[in-house]
Amino acid sequence: MKFQIKCDINRACKVILEEHLEKLGIPYIISNLGEVQFNGPLTDDQYNLFEQSLNRYGIEIIDNPKNAIVQRIKEVIIEMVYKKEKLPDSKISAYLAEKMNLSYGYLSKIFSEVTYTTIENFMIIQRIERAKQLIIEDKLTCTEVAWKMNYSSVAHLSYQFKKTTGLTPTVFQRIIERRNNQNSTP
Amino acid sequence: MKNYIENDALNILLADDDEDDRLFFKEAFQEIKVKTKVSTVNDGLQLMNYLNNPDNVIPNVVFLDLNMPVKNGFECLDEIRKNPGLKNLAIAIYSTSSSEENIEEAFVKGANIYIKKPNDFSALKVILNQVINMNWQYHTSGLKKETFLLNINSY
Repeated sequence: MKFQIKCDINRACKVILEEHLEKLGIPYIISNLGEVQFNGPLTDDQYNLFEQSLNRYGIEIIDNPKNAIVQRIKEVIIEMVYKKEKLPDSKISAYLAEKMNLSYGYLSKIFSEVTYTTIENFMIIQRIERAKQLIIEDKLTCTEVAWKMNYSSVAHLSYQFKKTTGLTPTVFQRIIERRNNQNSTP
Repeated sequence: MKNYIENDALNILLADDDEDDRLFFKEAFQEIKVKTKVSTVNDGLQLMNYLNNPDNVIPNVVFLDLNMPVKNGFECLDEIRKNPGLKNLAIAIYSTSSSEENIEEAFVKGANIYIKKPNDFSALKVILNQVINMNWQYHTSGLKKETFLLNINSY
């Protein structure tokens, strides 16, 4: 005999959640879908038990939905800085909003709340990090780095580098070289 | 909910022989958004004893005064960087000196941050906020510690 089954996945998930939450014996509310709220804190044991019991259904706890969004924003920016090198023609705000299908205002608010910095600032830190790597590992000159990373000028790169690290690219490079020499000839 | 913020607080240790400086330092941190736990020691020897005691949690950042009795900041810097167990420890030099040689020497010897002690409290808050934010980024975004250099003396 053969049956077709129809499954309301959301409802199934809710029932599973309810069953396991009952077992925990702590008052809870399943607010809107995908969100469980407890009246008080869970002990580590209770949390682990809850997490494990859901595991076999393929249900995972996302500690904080905001963290998930922030993580995704970071990934998009890092991918942009490292893989694409040339920045997209559109502004970062438009690019992120389009990629994540959320308004930039919302993204930027959440990002600042969780990371204590702005998206723009995070992006600058990542770009300077990339510039460091190109200077140290690939031994590129500032001119080459500025060109490769689409800075409008060498001066702009140097200015942003100095503003972010407090050092000029030249001094930075000299310090790292001296460090390496010191390590190789003790 | 488990308390994640608690787990993610930055542990900060200051070694400075000046009592006023230690006090200002602790106070400045109370107004910083990133959650921190600040401890202080009075000289370089106390610092090294603290770091070498396996019962203590290794801090995320150590702030080091350069001129200290018993053991000065440069000696501590050398000792810390020779200890592989402390390789993840970020070191901030916190000094009244802003000589170019001292700054470069400190970075070459393995310091990550160089701060010229500011003259007033509001500048101190701005600077520490900047340092902690940058540290936080390195702490949470997997940036390379080997090339983490930050020089602050423009106040």
